[in-house]
Amino acid sequence: MGMMKTLTAASLALGLSAGAAAAAGAVGEVTDYDFSFEGPFGTFDQMQLQRGLQVYTEVCAACHGLQYVPIRTLGDPGGPGLPEDQVRAYAEFYEVWDPTLFDGEGDFRPATPNDHFPASGLSNAPDLSLMAKARAGFSGPYGTGLNQLFRGMGGAEYIASLLAGYTGEEKEEAGTILYENTAFPGGWISMAPPIWGDDVVYEDGSPTDVESLSKDVAAFLMWTAEPKLMARKEAGFRGVLMLSVLAVLLYLTNKRIWAPVKARAKETPAE
Amino acid sequence: MSGIPHDHYEPQSNGEKWLHRRLPIVGLAYDTLMIPTPKNLNWMWIWGIVLTFCLFLQIVTGIVLVMHYTPDVDLAFASVEHIMRNVNGGHMLRYLHQNGASLFFIAVYAHIFRNLYYGSYKEPREVTWIIGILIYLLMMATAFMGYVLPWGQMSFWGATVITGLFGAIPFIGEGIQTWLLGGPAVDNATLTRFFSLHYLLPFVILGLVIVHIWAFHTTGNNNPTGVEVRRSSKEEAERDTLPFWPYFVIKDLFALAVILAVFFAIVGFMPNYLGHPDNYIEANPLVTPSHIVPEWYFLPFYAILRAFTPDVWIVMFASWITGGVIDAAFFGVLAMFGAIAVMALAPWLDTSSIRSGRYRPMFKWWFWLFVVNFFVLMWAGAMPAEGIYPIIALIGSAYWFAYFLVILPLLGVLEKPLPQPETIEEDFKAHYGKAETVDGAAAPTPAE
Repeated sequence: MGMMKTLTAASLALGLSAGAAAAAGAVGEVTDYDFSFEGPFGTFDQMQLQRGLQVYTEVCAACHGLQYVPIRTLGDPGGPGLPEDQVRAYAEFYEVWDPTLFDGEGDFRPATPNDHFPASGLSNAPDLSLMAKARAGFSGPYGTGLNQLFRGMGGAEYIASLLAGYTGEEKEEAGTILYENTAFPGGWISMAPPIWGDDVVYEDGSPTDVESLSKDVAAFLMWTAEPKLMARKEAGFRGVLMLSVLAVLLYLTNKRIWAPVKARAKETPAE
Repeated sequence: MSGIPHDHYEPQSNGEKWLHRRLPIVGLAYDTLMIPTPKNLNWMWIWGIVLTFCLFLQIVTGIVLVMHYTPDVDLAFASVEHIMRNVNGGHMLRYLHQNGASLFFIAVYAHIFRNLYYGSYKEPREVTWIIGILIYLLMMATAFMGYVLPWGQMSFWGATVITGLFGAIPFIGEGIQTWLLGGPAVDNATLTRFFSLHYLLPFVILGLVIVHIWAFHTTGNNNPTGVEVRRSSKEEAERDTLPFWPYFVIKDLFALAVILAVFFAIVGFMPNYLGHPDNYIEANPLVTPSHIVPEWYFLPFYAILRAFTPDVWIVMFASWITGGVIDAAFFGVLAMFGAIAVMALAPWLDTSSIRSGRYRPMFKWWFWLFVVNFFVLMWAGAMPAEGIYPIIALIGSAYWFAYFLVILPLLGVLEKPLPQPETIEEDFKAHYGKAETVDGAAAPTPAE
């Protein structure tokens, strides 16, 4: 079975290339924070998503958008799970452009749950809908990406590390102020520190230090990037379970079918 | 049907006889399913069924994805997000399709290495081999165009780089590039034609797969010994073979179930592991990603493409002798396509009269070095083209060509092969005849 074994090992080593792809752009220091949604059985922490939504709304939304996220999904299972009336009330919070209003000339109106979150208000503030999947926090060792097998891709970790990674140093370059950040590739980022601690007041009394707020909003952004994460893991688990049962049945069938053939070979062994 | 003698379909009822006289389709299905198959096939002969499954998986998931996808530069990225968020089961469909491509390539590489080790490409299976290479080329074209459809950053810039390769061809290159892109740069015309071809090519592959199966059903399967099935009589052939159904169908399905269990774990628990984060950023012609990398299955060839920089002596020599027509960029393109061309020529480059690597003591070492080299090239292809990596890629590329152009031709002359079994039956008995001494549950197939 030499060849088989080696090829199996080799196909595992495909991890090499996979993560190596993610080696793109040297990432700064990313802390491997623990998140509830990590691992095959990890799930979103509904309360954390709601807290993260609050941080997003009160802090990030000033500049950034979530243009791919329908507001109604805030009430979906496997997400923040807001009740319907709260989703509706939350939607009204935003104004959206409706081209059908005002005799086809368009006008702003309060959003409804069927609208998406608004896009970024600032042209240089990227949309955050998919940010947690558009960044990989981990890529080692040696650019092989194998550590992603154990730590995950690290998108949420990257976001949390970035938000908590300001050193307080600033410099001016070509008229823009850059802020030193230990997680940002290159070390200097043009986004001013958004979170200082106690930026929001949580109803449930959860801690509001910089790191906690950063983790909460990172978890929320993981949800906006991958809203079907829990359904996906469930489907994966079911698939693995059913296929494993099927594999066992096929193994036994195979053994049974081949038994007489092998027995015949034993009766008249090669000279 | 020529090939190994075996029982053919005999229509029994009047209805069957009526149909058989007009269209022998049941007979065709019977002969295909009951084809005599060497008893001693090992687990490296299961990839065919995995590949067939992959093709159907990609076609079925793809057809449903097309129902929700919009091939337009302004709408494509958002339509993929629509699939991921709003379409029932859309996220699973999309992840199955996306990772299905990787499974497809893992299987095809295992299948190709199997062929290279056991000499399956040798006489009389050259046509099967060549058709296989064509399928592989079409798979690469299909996968490349499919990767462009989500219209992320890596889609856009990957398309720009790869179509740019054609631009490196002297005199006609620019014309070809413009023709491929439908304009001067990657834009809506590129997206729509890639979409059209991405839907078309899988059906061309399907047609070639049928011809591929037809070809090796004519010659019969190779097997781990490389010794042909005896075919002077049906009785003799039956001592070397078993019908494909049920012996190998069940065995292959077992292997498929195990592989799919792993596949579902990847789709369910880490569906983006094999992808690139940058492709979750919408394509932006104004922002170049810091490091453009193709998908993992292209990396070995990407490494070969980039290995031949202007300071490599063979590139300088080629440039000098052609008066500059062949520059480094064009040389790289030639090397990349040449790498597959020399592989296609393996049946005629391999001079050894022995098929199976099992009985070729020197060949074994070179073969495994070739496999290791493949992964080294893959790694080098993912790394930035600076520092030590271009040198590693150059050594790896050199070995790739040396394997086919120097080592395979020479080994046939230099190597003293080990004795082969006379028959497949003998090999099978040698393995199972002694199996009693083991723990009862012997390995289900001959060891390699």
